[in-house]
Amino acid sequence: MLAALAPVLAFARPAIDWHALAPEIILTATICIVLLVDVSTSERNRWATSSIAGIGMLAALIPILTLAVKGGPRIMFGGAYVVDDFALVLKALFLVAGYVTLLLSTNEIAEGDFWEGEYYLLVLSSVFGMTVMASARDLITIFIALEMLSIPAYLLAGWRKREVKGNEAGMKYYLMGVFATAVMLYGMSLIYGGTNSTVLAEIGRQIHGSFGKEPVAALGIVFVLVGFAFKVSAVPFHNWAPDTYEGAPIPITAFLSVASKAAGFVAILQLVFLAFLGRGDVIRPLMWILAALTMTVGNLIALRQTNIVRLFAYSSVAQAGFMLAPLAVVGSSASTTREVLQAVVGYLLIYTVVNLGAFAVIIAVGRKTKSGEISSFGGLFEYAPGLAVAMGAFLFALAGIPPLVGWFAKFQVFKALVSQGGASGITMAVVVGVNSVIALYYYANIARTMFMDAPPDGDRTPIRVPVPLLAAMGMAAAATLVVGFIPGVVAHLAEHATFALGG
Amino acid sequence: MMLASTLGPTPYLVLGAVLFTVGAVGLLVRRNPLVMFMCIELMLNATNLTFVTFARQLDDVGGQVIVFFVLVVAAAEVVIGLGIIVGILRRRPGATADDLRLMKG
Repeated sequence: MLAALAPVLAFARPAIDWHALAPEIILTATICIVLLVDVSTSERNRWATSSIAGIGMLAALIPILTLAVKGGPRIMFGGAYVVDDFALVLKALFLVAGYVTLLLSTNEIAEGDFWEGEYYLLVLSSVFGMTVMASARDLITIFIALEMLSIPAYLLAGWRKREVKGNEAGMKYYLMGVFATAVMLYGMSLIYGGTNSTVLAEIGRQIHGSFGKEPVAALGIVFVLVGFAFKVSAVPFHNWAPDTYEGAPIPITAFLSVASKAAGFVAILQLVFLAFLGRGDVIRPLMWILAALTMTVGNLIALRQTNIVRLFAYSSVAQAGFMLAPLAVVGSSASTTREVLQAVVGYLLIYTVVNLGAFAVIIAVGRKTKSGEISSFGGLFEYAPGLAVAMGAFLFALAGIPPLVGWFAKFQVFKALVSQGGASGITMAVVVGVNSVIALYYYANIARTMFMDAPPDGDRTPIRVPVPLLAAMGMAAAATLVVGFIPGVVAHLAEHATFALGG
Repeated sequence: MMLASTLGPTPYLVLGAVLFTVGAVGLLVRRNPLVMFMCIELMLNATNLTFVTFARQLDDVGGQVIVFFVLVVAAAEVVIGLGIIVGILRRRPGATADDLRLMKG
């Protein structure tokens, strides 16, 4: 009997580094607890699931801090799962973004006609997928992480299920998302066929070698990157974004436009820097076109929006273009490549904080005006000066006006583009510059409405902001102001967010 | 297995590419949400076929393992997708993708 089992028993358990996996384990445990609490409590006590989810996310930050203090990359499963500085910085970003999303959601979901327990369960699952994505260094792991974060997001986008708009949002997001996954998988199958490996480091070696010269390698790379271009809503794959953002509950819109987009960028960075860099001649023109189109189209359509959420949808499309821009010069030299990574990671960190803050204000104002029109912000400064000033700060930070934090993000993008010195880098820098001016117009337009116009219905009763929203807003505003004066904080984080090579 | 050794991998890869194209074109052309949904399944299965063919050709079990992952994820996606479609059809029987255009611009 034992002899028959010998081949099975000989299976050696892979070494598991529990400390490195601790954030994911804590999140999984929280998911289970939320599920159990949801089934075992009555409808009136469901708010507890929100608090448990929040505590779980904050608790998952603790091992990230201890891992950062201990330092050193931890490589597991033959290089398929790596916890390095890049992974830690982005895991922390996802957890903070997830926690702020919870703060934005608490009142919105409790007061609306929504299911509470399931909502927090799905947000947690999505954040869990994102933390896995930050460590995924293998095609299968990237695929699983992508689905883990996307599938709950499809449901959350359609959470207003009693409204046709909510259904439409969920359906569009779902169809486009699954289509993108299929395209990406097909690209992965081509790359796997050529390299006989799914680990990014090994694929990188082969793409630098003989496989990289074959046309099928270029085809696979383009398919995979196009799949992720959907995720980050790059033009021409952005059609789902405005409709999904408008139809989803606003906290989820904030979550999708920030965390889900960041996860797409994390995957692109890992794939480009670790695996595909050998074919920079394919990636650079592709990213150049994507970035230029994304910025320009996103900004031009945003100019004529009258609905604030829709405006932010197109503005977030355009912001994705700014983040793609440095990738247009990736791999042209070693120092440029390092600057590109810094620029993208730094932009992601800054954009996440500022955009979440702006959505917090939109939710707070929407609670009173019950309207999504930009005109409903008229006269905000008269009856809610605090909100108006905070929103003004977020808007000018998004536009990139010093001393608010956004200028530093744009500065790093310019630096990376110009440091390469070639024609493509310089022209891209010009495109970025022109687009920053266009974006300033519509951001400033909202500010003008808030400070100059009269309230549309003459209603000047002050807005009562619930504590969780106020906390989210305060955190974002503090970061926007403080980091704007000392950009070294973000620079330091972005500089250290490098990949552990090898493994 | 006999067939595979005489034919070589090319026909399977071509079939995979054709199925993938059929699915992609179908998704863009057809307007019934359920049919669009089936087109996506077609694309995923084309991917599976390609993975299995490569796995056999390279004599590597990894490619076949990927197929299991894809199958499981596709099953989860079906559950979510049908849920969303049922949610829509309950409110608007016979809805096509063209009816879902409340939001524009």
